[in-house]
This record gives sequence, C-alpha cells and structure tokens, in this order.
Amino acid sequence: MEDIKKNRISPQKQLVNFLVHLLLAVLSFVWVLPIFWIVLTSFRAEKGAYTNTFLPQGYTLDNYIKLFTDRNVLNFPKMFTNTLIIAIICCIFSTFFVLSVAYSLSRMRFGFRKTYMNIAMILGLFPGFMAMVAQYFILKSMGLTEGSAVRLGLIIVYSACTGLGFQIAKGYFDTIPKSIDEAAVIDGATQWQVFTQITMPLAKPIVIYTVMTSFIAPWVDFVFAKVICRANADQFTVAIGLWNMLQKEYLYQWYTCFAAGAVVISVPIAILFIYMQRFYVEGMSGAVKG
Amino acid sequence: MTRLSALLMGVGIIGHGQIVKGLLILLCEVAFIIYMIGPGAANLAMLPSLGDNPGGEVWNEAKQVYEYMEGDNSQILLLSGVITCFVIAAFIALWVLQMRHSYRLQVEKEEGRHVPTLVEDIRSLFDSNLHITLMTLPCIGILVFNIVPLVYMISMAFTTYSKEDEHLILFDWDGLNQFARVLNLNGNIGRQFWQVLRWTIVWAIFATFLNYILGMVLALIINRKDTKWKGFWRFCFVLSIAVPQFVTLMIMNIMLQPSGAINVLLQNLGLISNPLPFWTNANWAKVTIIVINLWVGIPYTLLQVTGILQNIPVELYEAARMDGAGPVKIFFSITLPYMLFVTTPYLISSFVGNINNFNVIYLLSGGGPTYVGDTAGQTDLLVTWLYKLTVDQQYYNLGAVIGIMTFVILTVVTLITYRNSGSYKNEEAFM
Repeated sequence: MEDIKKNRISPQKQLVNFLVHLLLAVLSFVWVLPIFWIVLTSFRAEKGAYTNTFLPQGYTLDNYIKLFTDRNVLNFPKMFTNTLIIAIICCIFSTFFVLSVAYSLSRMRFGFRKTYMNIAMILGLFPGFMAMVAQYFILKSMGLTEGSAVRLGLIIVYSACTGLGFQIAKGYFDTIPKSIDEAAVIDGATQWQVFTQITMPLAKPIVIYTVMTSFIAPWVDFVFAKVICRANADQFTVAIGLWNMLQKEYLYQWYTCFAAGAVVISVPIAILFIYMQRFYVEGMSGAVKG
Repeated sequence: MTRLSALLMGVGIIGHGQIVKGLLILLCEVAFIIYMIGPGAANLAMLPSLGDNPGGEVWNEAKQVYEYMEGDNSQILLLSGVITCFVIAAFIALWVLQMRHSYRLQVEKEEGRHVPTLVEDIRSLFDSNLHITLMTLPCIGILVFNIVPLVYMISMAFTTYSKEDEHLILFDWDGLNQFARVLNLNGNIGRQFWQVLRWTIVWAIFATFLNYILGMVLALIINRKDTKWKGFWRFCFVLSIAVPQFVTLMIMNIMLQPSGAINVLLQNLGLISNPLPFWTNANWAKVTIIVINLWVGIPYTLLQVTGILQNIPVELYEAARMDGAGPVKIFFSITLPYMLFVTTPYLISSFVGNINNFNVIYLLSGGGPTYVGDTAGQTDLLVTWLYKLTVDQQYYNLGAVIGIMTFVILTVVTLITYRNSGSYKNEEAFM
C-alpha cells in the first residue's frame, strides 16, 4: 500500500511539497530566532547590550545568580514576590468576576442583560489609558499610591474591571446545551446549584483558561503598573523591574540579567500557555459561532 | 402608602409587609441626605468654579501671625464633584426602583397574592435572581473603576487642566477650546494631531489585514493534506505568543539598534557597511514596526482561524476544483469570503485593538523619531500620544481630548463595518 501511494505522487507535487516545507522551516527559524537569542544572551559571559559578535564568546550562570542575589540596586526577588502575591489575589477575584458575568449573560434572562453587553462594548472602545490616568487620581485620593498600599491599588486596578472581559467564557457557556440545565431544574436544583455543580464542571476548560489568564496578567502588564507605582521602587512588579533594566543607567550592567529574568518568567508562562491554548481555540470558535 | 414612599422611601415596602428591605432602603435615604447636607452640597457648589483660592499666607488677627492657608485643588474638587453627581444618579435610580417595587407589592396584595418574605427573597437570590448576586460586585467594580474614571477624564477635556500657564493646581472650565485647538489644521497641536491620526489609521489597516491574511495563508499551508509535522510547525509559531509580549518587544528594540545584533550580523556578513536606521528614520521605523507586528500577530491569527478553517464545507472546495480553479483562485473566491463572513466581529475587535495598541509602539520605537518642538513622535499612535501628553508632560486636557477623539473614530469605524458586514446584513448567507 505504502509503495503504491508513493508512486502516485507526481514530481511536480513533490517539488511543491519540498518548497512548502522549506518555506515553513525558514519561517519557523525567523519566529524562533529572537527567543533563541534571548536564551543565549542569558548565559552570555560578556556584559553589555551590544557586542561585536552575534553569538556569545563565553557561557556562564552568573546572570541568574546575580538576578536572585543582588538586592541592592534592582531587587528582583522582592519584585518576584510582589508580583506573585498580586497575581494570586487578582486571579481569585477576576476568575469569580469573569465566570459570574459570563454565566449570567449566557444563562439568565433579565432586563439589564442587553444594556450590560452594550455598555461593555462601548467601554471597550475607549483607550485603556483614559480610565487609567483617572484611576491613578482616584487611588491617590484613597491613599493607595504610597508605600505597601500600592499593592492593594494594583490588585484593585487589575481585577475591578475584569467583568468586561466575559466574551470568550460566554461563548463557551453558550455551547453547553441548555437542556442539561432544564433537566436539573426539573429535578429541583436551584440556579446556584446549576451554576456550581453542573455548568462549572462541564466548562472546566474555560475555567482553567480564565484562572490562567488572570494569573498571567499581572506578570506581563507593565503600563498600569508603571503608572500606579511611579517611583515606589519597593513595590515594583517583575515587568517594571525588567523594563528598568533596559534603561540607560542600568543597561550595561544589567542587560544579561534582563535576559535571565525574561527567561525565568517566560518559561512558566510559556508552559501554562502551551497547556491552555486548546481551551483558547475552543473558546474562540465558540465565541465566533455566537 | 405607595404615594408616601415618594417622600419617605421604603415606607410603602414596609407597609406591604417587607419590613427589613424597607428599612434598608429608608436607611439609604437617610445616609444620602446626611451626605448631601455635609460634603455633597459643598462638592456640587464648587463644581461650577472648580475653586479659585490659590492659598498662601493669610494674616490671622487673633494670633497676630501669618498662617499658611491651604488653597483649593481643582483636580480634587472636580473628582469629588463627579462622584457626587454619581451618588445623586444612584439615589434617583434607587428611588425609581423602590417606587416600582412598592407599586408591584400593592397590586399583588390587592389581588390577594402571596407577598414574598425576607427568607424567600434571599433564597431567590440564589435561584431565579442569581444574576443579581453574581453581577453586583463586578458591576460595582466597573462603575467605580471604569465608568467614574472615564467620566472624570472626559470632563477634564473641557477644562484648562494642563502644565501650560501653570494650571496644574487651579484650573477652570474652558468649554470647547481644546477641541478647537486639536482640530485646527494650522496650529502646532492640530498639525501633530492630523499627522498622528493618519499614521494611526494606516497602521491599524496594515496591522489588521496583513496579519489576518498572512496568518490565514500560513494556517492553510500548515493544514495542507501533504504537510508533515503539523504539530511541530504550529508549536514553533505559537511559542512566540507564549513568551510575554513586552519581553519580546524590548528584545526586538535592542536587536535593531544601530549597534544591535541584527546590524552586527549583517555587517559581519559583509552585506552592509553602515548600520541600518531602523529606529532613527521615520519611514524605516514605520515599516519596521509593521513587519515586527507581523511577527507578533500572525501566530495569534493562526491560533484563532485554524478551527474555523476546518469548518468550511468540503463540497465548496470540491466544486471549485471540478471547475478547474487553482489554489490562489480558491483562496480568493472561497476561503477569504467565507472567513470574512464568519470572522467580521473578530476583525472589528482586532482593528480596535490595533488602534489602541500601546505596547507594540511604546516598547519598539517609543513613538520616535520625534522632531524638535513636537510632543508627538513620527510613529506615535493616538494612544501613545495620549500617554505622553498625560503621564509624561501633564497636558491633561489635551490628553483627554485625544482620548475622546479616539473613541469617536473607533465608534464610527465599528458601526460602519458592522452595518456593512455580511454577518449583519444576511445572517444565513453561508448556512
């Protein structure tokens, strides 16, 4: 069988196949190159951002060691714990917010429903910063922009508005047949029981997806953190710390450490992402189907 | 009873047997009145003038000394004014709700139906009224940390709040002057606005459609029947999404500097003698940004369209092949129209996302190169300009105007494309 199939492929088709694979190989190389380069840089022995050679001359683990032990200038361990605390608390709140809103909009019918979806769409058209600059003033008037209260401020900023990001979860809930709920209601279940004991287990992929995205958000956001933290170096999150390492005054000393830091936070995030991408695809196609 | 509750809120509800709920509403009214007599009225009174006491040394007759008097801070006065307006609006909403509720209870009682007790009410919050329980907190969050800040920021557009003429502490209402300034083609600000707007739109169109089409082509190539190692190719591309965006963007910025890795590599290979001006020449910077954005965006498209592409009915392809259509023809007359039809909402949201795409511009070029005397660089988008105007340069009123203009443009674009899209006009075209 195998031979007959092979014989059928015409030379022209073989050429096309070869070209397609060549193209994919070249493109993959382009896509992976910067990531490969940052990993190389994180092990580079020479300091500084700019070197005369593309590949490092010597390899070392010092960049990682410096990143986790040098607490004087840029305190990476402290930033790491800050971000971890913020991420865990945000994750709890935003998951609850997103799932409750998505469930209500998908399953319940109430007068405010359409209005809410329209408001969410309109708010989505404003540039994110518009609210952010004013949020800073509001947090300031509440005293949440100084000292350790900054952390609370950041938690509020990251989780307060997550109720607007319900689309993917709602799309997923919409694909779960309503007849399951109806059967449960006939058996005497309340809506709360349907939500927690029937829909949630059925929607496990989207629950995992929501938990992970809300956990990742504080690690990768740097704009909000920068505006809220301003000069409070104690309260920096990982993202601002890494951004700072690339500023002129630190660039030479810290560039290779930046690469090490980038690898340190990217590896877990990449693993989480690759694990959850299928949920993302499922949620997206659910959301598109409407 | 119902009529009385127009004045004494909650009385009607108490009268109809729902004592706890009625008392809570009455308590809200008392709290509101206390608030309005206290700080509320003062806040409202300051709203028209936004304060005009500069503060400073004041002679105290009794103590015979100069005392430092704190002046008005317009920014805080404006914020508390806006919050007071929201409190009043919330109170009016509560008033309407309790009137309606009271009336409904009255009707129910007259018809001799059962009036729900407190326990039943609470139970219904976990059953037929579950949405109230679930949505209250998220809605409060959105109101306090999105809607109030937005209204506050929008109101700044109509003031003189900016570093110009030292209006950072005391400022006044300014009407539409700032809008006139931004829209005036001949002024300095107006010229920059049109330049930024033009680039924002060019950028959004390129970023959205190039990513969309090239991403789709890539997905089709990977999904071809004869392509081997599909999972591996997909993994290579998706890996770039998995690394946090700000990290890859900052790396790209460093790699493309005059003495960065790319220039070094090209020089070592002997292809160029002088470094390429990736960030220092405006046109180079624009092209570089669009190309890098392809690197950032194509994997997203790949992820999003892979599933949908497989939904295209096979018969359509077979019919086309029978008629002798080549792969290019099939792509343009079947795949693309089908995808456009199904994914219009996604395209709109990605267009909006690109107009508001802060990260790519800010981290790659920082909006530069910037000409002397300008606040906006050659590659600044409206959002990054907004950021520079407010956070860096403290032209809050101009920043707010730019934000409003962005919103207006997005609304127009969204409405037009949505109205003209296939999925809105003819929902069943491909079914």
